[in-house]
Amino acid sequence: MHTPTYAPAYLAAELRLPTNGLDYAILGIYFAVVLGIGFAARRSVKTSLDFFLSGRSLPAWITGLAFISANLAATEILGMAANSAQYGAYTVHWYWIGAIPAMVFLGLVMMPFYYGSKVRSVPEFLLLRFDKGAHLLSSILFAFAAILIAGVNLYALAIVVQALLGWPQWVAIVVAGFFVLAYITLGGLSSAIYNEVLQFFVILAALIPIVVLSLKKVGGWDGLTHKLTATHGHDFTTAWGGTGIGHANPLGANWLTIVLGLGFVLSFGYWTTNFAEVQRALSAKNLSAAQRTPLIAAFPKIFIVFLVMIPGLAAAALVPKIGTSGSGLQYNDAIPYLMQELLPNGVLGIAVTGLLAAFMAGMAANVSSFNTVFTTDIWAKYVVKDREDSYYVRFGRLITAIGVLASVGTAFLASSFSNIMSYLQTLFSFFNVPMFVVFIVGMFWKRASMKSGFWGLLAGTTAAMVNYFVLYKKDIIHLPSDQGANFVSAIAGFVAGAVVMVAVSLFTKPKPERELQGLVYGTRSPGLSEPPAPGDAAWYRRPALLGWGAVVLAALCYIPFSF
Amino acid sequence: MSESENTAHRSGHDVQREVEELESKSATAARIFDLRRIIGGLFVLYGIIVTITGITDSQAAIDKAQGVNINLWTGIGMLVLGVFFLVWLKLRPIVPPQETESD
Repeated sequence: MHTPTYAPAYLAAELRLPTNGLDYAILGIYFAVVLGIGFAARRSVKTSLDFFLSGRSLPAWITGLAFISANLAATEILGMAANSAQYGAYTVHWYWIGAIPAMVFLGLVMMPFYYGSKVRSVPEFLLLRFDKGAHLLSSILFAFAAILIAGVNLYALAIVVQALLGWPQWVAIVVAGFFVLAYITLGGLSSAIYNEVLQFFVILAALIPIVVLSLKKVGGWDGLTHKLTATHGHDFTTAWGGTGIGHANPLGANWLTIVLGLGFVLSFGYWTTNFAEVQRALSAKNLSAAQRTPLIAAFPKIFIVFLVMIPGLAAAALVPKIGTSGSGLQYNDAIPYLMQELLPNGVLGIAVTGLLAAFMAGMAANVSSFNTVFTTDIWAKYVVKDREDSYYVRFGRLITAIGVLASVGTAFLASSFSNIMSYLQTLFSFFNVPMFVVFIVGMFWKRASMKSGFWGLLAGTTAAMVNYFVLYKKDIIHLPSDQGANFVSAIAGFVAGAVVMVAVSLFTKPKPERELQGLVYGTRSPGLSEPPAPGDAAWYRRPALLGWGAVVLAALCYIPFSF
Repeated sequence: MSESENTAHRSGHDVQREVEELESKSATAARIFDLRRIIGGLFVLYGIIVTITGITDSQAAIDKAQGVNINLWTGIGMLVLGVFFLVWLKLRPIVPPQETESD
């Protein structure tokens, strides 16, 4: 997961929003449309490929917007606004260096292997490239992590809904769980993806008025930076101020750990190997559309940072004591606080709808990737093999229901043991790092042996955890903050995974070369021989142009924040 | 060659063959509805509701929003987005591929 791990904190009780019938009507319409999409998508599900991967037939603009939406969960929106209220403009790093390069790399370099090899999931790629050890380990860990994150999302939703609307927590958990269960069981991935695209636009409609009005309230961008410089110092509104090695800054990280830890290891791990993201690209209709999925997503990602950072900064300027005991507000309250202060009924209903939609999409992305991995990677490969295809569609629907019930259970558990949950969340976040090592070594080094995948995964995960939970938490090495420790642990996991992979490869047999066709850089994948679709040659659909355009644009965005 | 390598080798080609076979039977491309209709419809509806709210908003609501008639502007914005999707749908409709077999 990409968002800094905030334990879902209790929102201040005085944040109750003055919602009225109009706002609830807007919310009700949305829920009705969500269910309608589920029912309407149902008739498109004929094979298991339709249910789990939309038949590999969706256009790039839909998969691209779903790709960004699956990441734009409410925990991300509230968490990044909180991050901005606490650390200031450093938040841009999570977007411009911590997302764009990895998304472009996924589209330009990795997608031909992912999509071209026709795998249905990220673990399935590991099965083809390495062996069953790596496959089973990654499938099981992913399945657990997906349910856990879905549950944490549901719990965070319950807290926010309780604070803002006054619903009891269990009502919010059951209602949201029911809607997600209904539309994914009915329409499978198509229904999840269609709802994510719809949600993307509702979120924009929710956040833009908040940004405009909060800027107006603090006197525009100049007024905002002026106020913050006076209360928080000059570095608060810059991206790199105070990040020299040896300097102290609130983030607890220097430019090197930001670039390597966040920008390289954590970000590439999340964006290129997290199946909840990659699944959206694998459902695209051809290789060109699959490549363009993360690239189309990169452009909104560059600008979304303003929609979450400006409310966070504005909250810090309006409530200088936010996050301390001197005010009743937590960092997480930044956006709810501005909604309460600034939005009249009507737009308020849109904002509440956007927030709830974002929670449900965050949960749905995890549920729809969980059911795919559990069915195609665990059940159909190790438990009940070689049954007719319709059996696996039925099983997929059943496991979706079980997955949602399990995450509802997780949410209830989280409400009693929220510390354990944030601990588990951190624990699983370290799993993406060695996944990335194994992918990158496996894709670029033919000699990486069959066994090296499993051991690389295990060693990298262990190293990252030991560094975080033993060396940092027990204060054996001193790191200034949780965020800083996160970055360093990621780098440790990456290095350990890579070293173990190389060592194991030197002593075990490589995979025969003919089995590596389409899986390793320098070989051709069978999918590459498919003819391009008409119109894909248009200049604005060329992956290289889109990809490099996004990288250049993100770099340019840094300029005004660098001085 | 050991048995486990044989299995791994088989499964590589199996996956590709299985997915190709399923792709040929897949119904999504032929039967899925056009999402642009839904986005267009919802945003036109939301746009109308929020715009009317803006037109009839009290001074208190406008004062709360820093003197901006935010409902009016948001409503118009949503309406424009909704109309954009409906026009796009009208101008560039998708021709679904023929289903190869009926069931």
